[in-house]
Amino acid sequence: MKVGVVVFPGSNCDHDAWYAINKNLNRSGQVASAEFIWHDARSVGQVDAVILPGGFSYGDYLRCGAIARFSPVMQAVQKFAADGGLVLGICNGFQILVEAGLLPGALIRNAGLKFICKDVGLETVTTASPFTSGLQKGQMLQLPIAHGEGQYIADERTLDQLNSEDRVAFRYTENPNGSMRDIAGILSAGRNVLGMMPHPERACDPLVGSTEGLGLFESMLGAFAK
Amino acid sequence: MTITPEIIKHHQLTQGEFDKIVSLLGRQPSYTELGVFSVMWSEHCSYKSSRIHLKKLPTTGKYVVQGPGENAGIIGIGDGWVVAFKIESHNHPSYIEPFQGAATGVGGILRDIFTMGARPIAVLDSLRFGPLTGSPVAERNARIVAGVVSGISHYGNCFGVPTVGGECIFEECYSGNPLVNVFALGVCRQEDVFFAKAKGIGNPVIYVGAKTGRDGIHGASMASAEFTEESKQKRPNVQVGDPFMEKLLLEACIEAMKTGAIVAIQDMGAAGLTSSSCEMGSRGEVGIEIDLDLVPQRETGMTAYEMLLSESQERMLIVAEKGREQELFDVFHKWGLDAVTIGSVTEGGNLRIQHKGVLEADIPNRALADEAPKYDRPHNVPPHRTAPLEAQEFAASTDLNADLMKLVSSADLCSKRWIWEQYDYQVRTNTLAGPGGDAAIVRVKETGQSIAMSLDGNGRYCFLDPREGAKLAVAESCRNLSTVGALPVAATNNLNFGNPERPEIMAQLVEAVEGIAEACAFFDAPITGGNVSLYNETLGEGIYPTPVLGVVGILKTEMPVSSSFRSVGADLVLVGGFGTTDGQRFGSSQYAKQVLGQLWGLPPALDMGYERRVHEAMREIASLHLAESAHDLSDGGIAVALAESSTPAIGAHVTLEGGLRAEFALFGEAPSRILVSTKQAEQILALLSRHEVQGGVIGVTIGERLQIKDEGKTLLIDVTTASLRNASEAALPALLHTQHAV
Repeated sequence: MKVGVVVFPGSNCDHDAWYAINKNLNRSGQVASAEFIWHDARSVGQVDAVILPGGFSYGDYLRCGAIARFSPVMQAVQKFAADGGLVLGICNGFQILVEAGLLPGALIRNAGLKFICKDVGLETVTTASPFTSGLQKGQMLQLPIAHGEGQYIADERTLDQLNSEDRVAFRYTENPNGSMRDIAGILSAGRNVLGMMPHPERACDPLVGSTEGLGLFESMLGAFAK
Repeated sequence: MTITPEIIKHHQLTQGEFDKIVSLLGRQPSYTELGVFSVMWSEHCSYKSSRIHLKKLPTTGKYVVQGPGENAGIIGIGDGWVVAFKIESHNHPSYIEPFQGAATGVGGILRDIFTMGARPIAVLDSLRFGPLTGSPVAERNARIVAGVVSGISHYGNCFGVPTVGGECIFEECYSGNPLVNVFALGVCRQEDVFFAKAKGIGNPVIYVGAKTGRDGIHGASMASAEFTEESKQKRPNVQVGDPFMEKLLLEACIEAMKTGAIVAIQDMGAAGLTSSSCEMGSRGEVGIEIDLDLVPQRETGMTAYEMLLSESQERMLIVAEKGREQELFDVFHKWGLDAVTIGSVTEGGNLRIQHKGVLEADIPNRALADEAPKYDRPHNVPPHRTAPLEAQEFAASTDLNADLMKLVSSADLCSKRWIWEQYDYQVRTNTLAGPGGDAAIVRVKETGQSIAMSLDGNGRYCFLDPREGAKLAVAESCRNLSTVGALPVAATNNLNFGNPERPEIMAQLVEAVEGIAEACAFFDAPITGGNVSLYNETLGEGIYPTPVLGVVGILKTEMPVSSSFRSVGADLVLVGGFGTTDGQRFGSSQYAKQVLGQLWGLPPALDMGYERRVHEAMREIASLHLAESAHDLSDGGIAVALAESSTPAIGAHVTLEGGLRAEFALFGEAPSRILVSTKQAEQILALLSRHEVQGGVIGVTIGERLQIKDEGKTLLIDVTTASLRNASEAALPALLHTQHAV
């Protein structure tokens, strides 16, 4: 599996995603590699999956991701996703996916109005996706969050639709930011785009906390092994 | 324009200093030149009151690659890798405008690190505020806390550097003078280190980064005739930070350094364009010529004076190899940054500033950077102190459980989670030990080494005895590193004091510096750089003398020892033994402060030789993986250390020996002690005896309670660990009148 990690000028979790794929994931004996894609690229190149990493894309002084959605690379990511390519947006990446309309709803300031960095409990809601197929339905994960604008909101109809179409990937067990229906991550209708506020790439190495994020990347690997 | 005594005074220069300027120039300075001198010769830039004393600090050692004098100190960590680090204060701006003051404090120290070629991988902050209760200005203090913390959070999180630790203390003396000291550390290959030494006549001087505005023009230049009323109104007192711009600057600088076209580079910090150019010129013994018309500006009609003194953030000055400018421009333009040639390196040694065809300044670089006056300010009096020296009587406590609860829920000792959860302490996935422990640890991915860091200072100790207090700060910082298994190898310090023109304050500074010098030499932790912040006074009342030590240590990258108990049924070994205290030394304790509301006597007694043996023993315990947990004893003594190591599920049952009065035994703050839980007590005791360190098994870990007995088996403390945890976690949000983080 070849993963392209998009680098916006203000991305700051790009290297963490790169490291998790290249160094931590490879330990499980399967072949995965990551490379960077610069934000003004007009194509994502020959990759199997794209990660939009955490950070502050273009400073995010306006709404998070509001400017990033207009970047050249996002036009390429839109096309890649439309063609069925796997796109994983983490934190700022989730915000960009929402702004770009690849996922529904919006992410606004945390209910407590403060940036929060901590480990949170997550429930795996669906395993019917290339990102979660290796997990168990209902499986509990501890993953870090680190965001100021992670409160997921959408209208009731959208929330109901996400439920009925089994597109909620993860819910918080103790809601840290006021997200509606405890939503921590959602899938696109085609199930090939996942946006999530928690950082699985930060939980791929026992030395820095845990390896509970590896399952997600291993699921992606599995999707290509088939 | 004639320079009148009024104008000289407005620039905070003395007549003697002005006369020295005239003699160095051989003529009267122009108004612009006077402004340039005033900032370069300010206390902040020139260290004129402290310089002769800073010379006493040890600055060399086997790990030191670069000592004081550059933008940051550098030490080798093996395999050709180095780390650059320094601490810097932003005290005054953080009082005026807490959010931006603290944010730009972070920005400034980060630039000091990456201007040396090192990518920042850790930030720690040492904070002092006025009290949140019982003070007429408690509400204002709370607003300052919230502003400072969100400023640090805003800047560090966006920039992408983890804020991994620090300390936060509250005292009335900091109500009008909060202290915001920020430490940053970065990593790079030794051959990739850049210095700020201009070379090569004819080489271009290139300006990169944010445009220059009128922000932050120094207080020294306020209220001067040249400003119009209109421009004064527009001028904010504190600079405004843009962490996204800083992130671009970081990436662009690191990439530009790889081209090989950079000869020297320095960030524009205090006194911006002036200090970066004259210091690079002075170090390289060359001249620098700059045409201000070429400087990117975000406001119109700026004078030479304003541009030279502007402290607009996120700017760098580069000396490049002639003919290779375009390579650098390409990199900076890729990152969307301004990069323009504004001058060149010249013969001679002068800083020559042109503006609109007029030569606005023509000053020897050396005169600005190195020939500022050095003062041996009078200090032949005892250091200022108002607390009684002799032991104070106090009644035996009727409820030690309540005392312990009071301590763990005090602003000084409670959980600082409310603060550090606002910091991204994990970004870059190197954080092996984050906030809340004895020392923070980040790994260096490229090597098998990790870096441990601890910031420590104790204003109460230093107020009672600046020399001993400073030594205790060094000792504690080194003890914190040893507790996690790291070898302390170098240090940086931030000296926060009052008005040095008062001999009793100057005496505090001299005593503290000499104490640091002695302890750093003893513990092999040379000082590779730092910062001095003086005049921390409001209405004639100074802060406690507050030297803050940041010690850096090295350890092998592996799972670190945590400060929390891991299992029930583990033996508790007190490495270093119970130690002792008496009625006089107990007056400096947190118990005296939080429970008795008093301060008297002396700080704890320190035996540095014994302290060092404790460190050595502890590092051996850690390297042999004999400890399940380890936690250093400091503020609040053994009772608070036991409470902090307890988890909701695991507490301890301990018997104290030594025959001390209960309050002394429980809450005395004797140094040289570390609490270890272990399943291999015998091995540890044998090891301790080999190191000639006292220590015995003082108890065991048990479920859900903390019980402490005296020798007569009287139960002094008996509380649930859940109640301790709740009290500790709930305290700060309650004091700040905010919701407990959900």
